[in-house]
Amino acid sequence: MRNNSTSFWAFALALPILGFVLPKVGLNEYYFYVAYVVLQYVVLATAWNILGGYAGYVNFGTGAFFGLGAYTALVAMKAFGAPLFVQIAAAAIVGALLGIGAGLLTLRLKGIFFSIATIAAAIVIETFILNWRFVGGASGMQVIRPEVPLGFETYTRLLFFVMTILTVLAIIVARYIEKSWVGRGLHALRDAESAAECSGVPTLRLKLLACAISGALMAAAGAPFPLYTSFIEPHSTFSLNYSVMALSMAVVGGMSRWWGPVLGAILIASTQQLAASASPELHLLVVGLLMVLFVIVAPDGLVGLVQWARKMVGPGRKEVELARGSERA
Amino acid sequence: MSIDLLLEGLIFGVFVGCFYAAVSIGLSIAFGLLDVPHIAHASFLVLAAYMTFLLGSYGIDPLLAGLIILIPFFALGAVVYRFYYEAFEKRGTDAGVRGIAFFFGIAFIVQVILSLVFGLDQRSVAASYIGSSLGLGEMRIPWRLIVALLVAVGLVLALNLYLSRTFQGRAMRAVAQDPWALKAIGANPVMTKQWAFGLATAATAIGGALLIIVSPVEPSLDRVYIGRTFCVVVLAGLGSMSGTLIAGIMLGVIESLVLTAFGASWAPAVAFGLLLLVLGLRPQGLFGR
Amino acid sequence: MSNFTKRSVLRTMLLGLGLATIAQPIWAQDNPIKVGTSMALSGPLAGGGRQSRLALQMWVEDINSRGGLLGRKIELITYDDQGSPAQSPGIFSKLIDLDQVDLLIAPYGTVPAAAVMPMMKERQRLLIGQIGFQINSKTHHDMWFNNSPWSDADSWVGGYFKLGQKVGVKKVAFLAADQEFSQNILAGAKTLATKSGFESVYEQTYPPTTVDFSAMIRAIRAAAPDMVFVASYPADSTAIIRAVGEIGIGSSVKLFGGGMVGLQYEAVMNTLGSQLNGIVNYHTYVPEKTMAFPGVREFLDRYTERAKAENVDTLGFYVAPFSYAAGQILEQAVKATGSLDSVELAKYLRSNEVQTIVGPIRWSADGEWAEPRVVMIQFRTIKDGDAEQFRQEGKQVVVDPDRFRTGDLISPLSEAQRN
Repeated sequence: MRNNSTSFWAFALALPILGFVLPKVGLNEYYFYVAYVVLQYVVLATAWNILGGYAGYVNFGTGAFFGLGAYTALVAMKAFGAPLFVQIAAAAIVGALLGIGAGLLTLRLKGIFFSIATIAAAIVIETFILNWRFVGGASGMQVIRPEVPLGFETYTRLLFFVMTILTVLAIIVARYIEKSWVGRGLHALRDAESAAECSGVPTLRLKLLACAISGALMAAAGAPFPLYTSFIEPHSTFSLNYSVMALSMAVVGGMSRWWGPVLGAILIASTQQLAASASPELHLLVVGLLMVLFVIVAPDGLVGLVQWARKMVGPGRKEVELARGSERA
Repeated sequence: MSIDLLLEGLIFGVFVGCFYAAVSIGLSIAFGLLDVPHIAHASFLVLAAYMTFLLGSYGIDPLLAGLIILIPFFALGAVVYRFYYEAFEKRGTDAGVRGIAFFFGIAFIVQVILSLVFGLDQRSVAASYIGSSLGLGEMRIPWRLIVALLVAVGLVLALNLYLSRTFQGRAMRAVAQDPWALKAIGANPVMTKQWAFGLATAATAIGGALLIIVSPVEPSLDRVYIGRTFCVVVLAGLGSMSGTLIAGIMLGVIESLVLTAFGASWAPAVAFGLLLLVLGLRPQGLFGR
Repeated sequence: MSNFTKRSVLRTMLLGLGLATIAQPIWAQDNPIKVGTSMALSGPLAGGGRQSRLALQMWVEDINSRGGLLGRKIELITYDDQGSPAQSPGIFSKLIDLDQVDLLIAPYGTVPAAAVMPMMKERQRLLIGQIGFQINSKTHHDMWFNNSPWSDADSWVGGYFKLGQKVGVKKVAFLAADQEFSQNILAGAKTLATKSGFESVYEQTYPPTTVDFSAMIRAIRAAAPDMVFVASYPADSTAIIRAVGEIGIGSSVKLFGGGMVGLQYEAVMNTLGSQLNGIVNYHTYVPEKTMAFPGVREFLDRYTERAKAENVDTLGFYVAPFSYAAGQILEQAVKATGSLDSVELAKYLRSNEVQTIVGPIRWSADGEWAEPRVVMIQFRTIKDGDAEQFRQEGKQVVVDPDRFRTGDLISPLSEAQRN
């Protein structure tokens, strides 16, 4: 296990360094566009999974958190001229507050009510943005980008670097939660909330904590968006597509481990980029079919398949996550 | 603004609200009564609307078309539930997240197939009650809204009678509360739920016919109705048929009054704000058990 | 990505082969001029996006059958941007950096196009517009040339308000969708109303999820305006006109319509049939004799055949000729300069008139048409259930501007509806 841990931290350190160096050694601009989008989905899917996978609360408002993050950043930029770092921090705080709000509202209700509340919150927030002229309202707004900081050649390269940091942060948080008492508590909460409460798990606080972290990460993923597109408009920013994508990535990748959504996001987001020239509609159809197929045939997603394959290949390896895997059997 | 106008806005709100109730009633059974997280409900509505359109192109009246597709939709519902049961409910514990993902996937597939088959142009149907209105003095009420109101009230009455008077209906109400008691009186809970889900989907078929009667449809319309239908069902209190009618009317009236008083832009925020409020304060719904 | 490497490997091999056999023509054939663009091929804007792709494909086929451009074939590369500004910047980077296209046509529609403008300016690339509205107003890119016959909001709705003044309008009601395009048009329309000295008696902005317009139409009737300005999207356009038929708009209304998107599309027009009569709305092209620019009829006939096979709007008036014209703009500039260089081409376009199937085009400094020519048309003698009637003259009569006029405005609405 220690071995595993060392390589994880090496990777966590290497990714942002790569993110800083790669954009400066040339390389085709387009790869940074693609990598940015893929990493953005890695963050969204990982954040979604903290609540959806570990605690069993399905968030349908990924688009709302993402869009709120984007618009918070826009306001911070437009009203206060805040630098990108501050924009992201502000977005994360607002996202956490929204998460806590949705959690508080549905505190003692079953998971599906949380889902409904997130749908409702998405519509309410989008309506407010639609009517807010300061951020362009329904017409949207062209974002005038200041000079690129940190000596990057273009904004896309800078934002790619920023997204590698967010990705690593999201993964570290997810991994920590999974391995710590928080994760175990959330699991207990997912499987039997009342039983967990009786046995002394602080369910309320845990749930709110998960809501806040998940919301903060989603909003942070949306914060660089105005600078990325240089034009922002509510309908596409609050799109339900983000919710669909985050959910399908976690389901296909596997919800029980932190690397499940990462795998799912990389797979689905990169094939989506490839499908842009062929038929995106077919890609959507394939995503839908995969989602149904996986929840039925392979409910643990790619994670489950990998673990199964490992067990087949090397039965000698000690299964640390046996306890976790056994609950399905 | 004049009192007349406000009053008329209120009346239009009632009509539109009845329409909301009619498109939500299937979900009220599936989610409210049976506890199935039926996210694909709105997609089934749009699917039914397209089937109505398809029959309409052969000159069949949309209301009649709604009745014709009842049976295939009942079968579709029964099959989908059976599948859901075998894949999730039977396996127990965390059916929650995966069940939702399952229905979400189905919703997705339906939407893509509709756009592949029918294209992305909006579709509508023709009938004598579409595009004409009933004049009452100064006021004129579109016949299609009157049809929506009658169908909604008819559906609620029929379902209420069915749920309270028949054995099968009572079993459906019992299955949600106590499947073991149901077994004791000799009814199979799974079969009962399967039957009930079929019934819910059949009711959705009629809702879908109303959908295309009231306004034109396009494949992505389900996204508009996911929120609205769940809003109505939660406001109503789970599984209450008359509650669904009242909640639908409330939603319609509030939207209409907000429109008249503050502007239509704010209508969705108010309607869903109300939903959030109800979730926070009275989660069993306004008319819940 | 793998496609790219495969292609370059192939090219290197061909080059080696070519050097060995002195096969200059092979090299020329393998090196087409690449034209890149994106449009919504899925999602709510795909109706227009598919029209534009078909028209551009036809342009490429035409030009290649004539032997190509500068002796090279044209290759069209299109991607689906779903009409979203989240997609278009990545796609345009792909077109430029990976596909290495020679010429660029903007994404179809305003929002996705606005998102690529800063990049085009930074990289100093020529961009031909595709049905975008005021995309260059913030970026001020001097290599932007729009294909669409408008400049600012004034050029778009000015004709409608001019007609209003002619028939003595005093009070105006506004109804607009809460969407990007409608809101832009609404802002322009309100300024114009103030300038014309009209009084606003009703103003309503509605969300795209609105189910029923009865209450709004009733309120408009109660406000008794002389003119109603509507800026709507296709789905709402049908519902609004239907509600007008049911609820009645009152005898005071002299003019109804203005900025309704959708009344140019076959599916919407067929649905509404005779309910369209009397409505005055903007258009870019209608089959009237004053708009019979050289080649446009012939193009539309061919387009219709192709569109039927591909399940897209078979009328194609609104978008298709203009997308074809976007290609023609590039064609003439490249032929005249003998170059593919953005700076050269932009210089040519700034100072020359271009002949297209939508008429001659010249641009002003901001890259919009120097002489905008959005026409206001009035629907006349439309019957129910006849898809072919919209191809005939006299069904969509041009009532403004004067140089394209084919008939006089019939007003008030109630009078016009009787025709």
